[in-house]
Amino acid sequence: MTARTALSLQTGLGTLQEKVADVLKLAKELGATQAEAHANFGTGFSVNVRMREVETLRHQRDQGVSVTVWLGHRKGSASTSDLRPEALGESVRKACALAKYGAEDPASGLADAHRLASSIPDLSLYHPWNIEPAAAIELAMACEAAALDHDPRVTNSEGASVSTSEGLRVYGNSHGFLGGYQESDHSISCSVVAAQDGAMETDYEYAVARDAADLPSAAGIGAEAGRRTVARLGGTKLETRTAPVLFPARVARGLIGHLLSAISGGALYRKSSFLVDALGRPVFASRVTIDEKPHLQKALNSAPFDNEGVATMERRLVDAGVLGGYLLGSYYARKLGMQTTGNAGGAHNVVVHSTGESFDDLLRQMDTGLVLADVMGNGVNPVTGDYSMGASGFWVEKGTIQYPVTEITIAGNLKDMYRQILGIGTDVDRRGGVLTGSILVEEMTIAGS
Amino acid sequence: MNAAVTPDSSLARVRSHVLDAAGIADRDLERALGTLMRGAVDNADLYFEVSRQESWTLEDGIVKEGAHSIEQGVGVRAMSGEKTGFAYSDEVMVPALLQASAAASAIVRHGQQGRVQAWQPRPGHRLYAPIDPLATRSDDEKVALLQRIDSEVRALDPRVKQVVASLAAAHDVVLVCASDGTLAADVRPLVRFNISVIVEDGDRREQGYAGGGGRFGYDHFTPERVLDFGREAVRQAIVNLGAVPAPSGEMIVVLGPGWPGVLLHEAIGHGLEGDFNRKGTSAFTGRIGERVASDLCTVVDDGTLPGRRGSLNVDDEGTPTRNTVLIENGILRGYLQDKMNARLMGVESTGNGRRQSFAHTPMPRMTNTYMLAGPHHPDEIIASVSKGVYARNFGGGQVDITSGKFVFSATEAYRIENGRLGAPIRDATLVGDGPTVLNRVTMVGNDMALDTGIGVCGKEGQSVPVGVGQPTLRIDGLTVGGTGGDE
Repeated sequence: MTARTALSLQTGLGTLQEKVADVLKLAKELGATQAEAHANFGTGFSVNVRMREVETLRHQRDQGVSVTVWLGHRKGSASTSDLRPEALGESVRKACALAKYGAEDPASGLADAHRLASSIPDLSLYHPWNIEPAAAIELAMACEAAALDHDPRVTNSEGASVSTSEGLRVYGNSHGFLGGYQESDHSISCSVVAAQDGAMETDYEYAVARDAADLPSAAGIGAEAGRRTVARLGGTKLETRTAPVLFPARVARGLIGHLLSAISGGALYRKSSFLVDALGRPVFASRVTIDEKPHLQKALNSAPFDNEGVATMERRLVDAGVLGGYLLGSYYARKLGMQTTGNAGGAHNVVVHSTGESFDDLLRQMDTGLVLADVMGNGVNPVTGDYSMGASGFWVEKGTIQYPVTEITIAGNLKDMYRQILGIGTDVDRRGGVLTGSILVEEMTIAGS
Repeated sequence: MNAAVTPDSSLARVRSHVLDAAGIADRDLERALGTLMRGAVDNADLYFEVSRQESWTLEDGIVKEGAHSIEQGVGVRAMSGEKTGFAYSDEVMVPALLQASAAASAIVRHGQQGRVQAWQPRPGHRLYAPIDPLATRSDDEKVALLQRIDSEVRALDPRVKQVVASLAAAHDVVLVCASDGTLAADVRPLVRFNISVIVEDGDRREQGYAGGGGRFGYDHFTPERVLDFGREAVRQAIVNLGAVPAPSGEMIVVLGPGWPGVLLHEAIGHGLEGDFNRKGTSAFTGRIGERVASDLCTVVDDGTLPGRRGSLNVDDEGTPTRNTVLIENGILRGYLQDKMNARLMGVESTGNGRRQSFAHTPMPRMTNTYMLAGPHHPDEIIASVSKGVYARNFGGGQVDITSGKFVFSATEAYRIENGRLGAPIRDATLVGDGPTVLNRVTMVGNDMALDTGIGVCGKEGQSVPVGVGQPTLRIDGLTVGGTGGDE
């Protein structure tokens, strides 16, 4: 291996920081008033087995540097996956050339220096998994076998996968900030097909963690994939009606995701949000409280600083139903006459407080209604909050699941749905950036036959 | 616009652009393929790619930012039976190439050394000129075009409150060489213009969107064409200001021509991709020769349309693209294949092996998927419906390939009452069943249109540009997911 390929996880953090420092130095020499650069490096592999045979082994290795320069308040940016000095230099020159065509925009520039992270807390995000492809294949085999053996109606498979990746992220800017950290992600997933009366259904189960020690057993994941898939067999359409809808934790994440889009700076500034001017007003039922917790140890969306180097901090987004904060980076904060909230690049671990009920409690509270398995499509109008999605799930009567339903839609308006939240379960799903339990919504329109 | 060079000289140029620049000689390619063919490997390939992209975005009446990116690398793949070993490197250099080849071939441990066929340069189509679209206009002209459309669109209607417009171009140069003797290159230009507007009237606010593009230079975006996109975005937003809640329940739905062909992409196209059918996980598995649509329906996937967004001279495995008949007069005729699934199913590749980039593995993917025109005048189709919905434009869609259930979301739709268009209705998702929905097609328009060049298809985390199209269609029974009841 030549000197040009010397990046590795062991020495990479220092190397990437040097590259970022070089880029910033060159930007200054070329006349940039301000500059910032991101660098990343990642490596890993994934295996997929299908029908008890190895299907794929994929090795992954990614790297990149992106640079943004300002000439006064005019901005240009460029990125490259080629980290040789001549390629980095070309990117900086390209960014400077593009900035000359940008319009003067007083809001554009680095985050204010005093908001930058002054220390980088260790959030326990880096836990390399010392596993060889052969052992990963064995794990995937055990996972898929548990799904295939779960029920004779599981007749086919999309396969089971095990993947591991490690990476480095570095950010620096011309205020003198230069920070970086290591992180890892590992996952096990399985998707199988069940058949009955000539109709097929598929479903999946997965686990993802920063630390492989936190992954549940592969066989457990497989068995759950099998259980979920078989449960969908024999689905029928419902007749069109209105009814309460229970979003299980994994689907409820999406419901909160629409909130995060609607309170992000760009959407608010462009008025392409159904929550324009909602700050300080009741948006949810008063039983709903939501926090952002960027510093949770080992969590998937934890980060010590945001995409502009601004220190992330714990805060309340929704307090007893009232919207308490937006998600702002410096640019749209300035446009809106506000301050950055450390959310350039998005939210970091959004935690929805449970109202104390278990999933079964919520089923009983609903009594008669729809519990979702899955929603499909992109039927949310961000401007109006109108919500209409394809859905599948189970019809519930007297608090007990009766039969699977499919090929239906659920519709409402997010503004109404948020105010009609009757309960949030204790069954928190930690596999994403939104940590929430199941959410019960009082009433939606269900369209079917 | 005509291709100025022959395919062969294009191959020579790409070789020099991609390989010579990195100091990679033919013997290095042979060595890498030799490494990959170690053991019982049936087929191996190397995919080199150098890609440059730029985008220009206008908001608040000013071009706030130009952005530029370069991605390059090589993906190497070894296939043995149903097994695939894959590795890539974003360094196009000999050591990285050999290291990746060794990693990819580790999937197969035993067996005899496979054979590497002598390369036969394979000419592809000449569907677009091998140009660098980024260079087809000066940066000053790109900025001026965006600024001009902003003021023109704001002048169209005082209710226009926000305009976001963007121009983007990609110059993608690829070279494929494989153990089966394939040696092919392609220079793929792609440009795109997008505009979205927010309109406000009292306390109502709506958004409208339009855009288009294809495999040509920026010169396609004449001031008139760009203004047409602007008019369309404003028209859609204003229509939706007056929209009432959509009905809910199963009803007759008339789909407009062009982009609503996303129905075919979701309901039919994905389910006919070879990988799902080889594995037996598609709702269409084993149904070749069966009736899956009314006899009014003929659906093709055609990668050979000049200049279209979904077209390719050769696919990402070096196979020339084709016009593949999927459904002929209602009968299922064919699947879409890449090399691996074709080999395993004992058929030929249909030139549908596509990948997002060198860092991704090829899969069977659609190109431009559309339904051929039928006998009916579109007015006649609307007039035939006493009560239903006319869906003129859509956002995106999604399908569950195994169950066949699909959804797609209308962004512009109207009630039909007594054969006439009524009030516009708010965003509604339509849901149906792929293998049965086209059996309910009772009228097909004579107005076949392709979309304007905006499609992005996602599958297993990989995005590729695609096209869709269809004539006006009457479907007797789709579930419409509104909140307004079935009145």
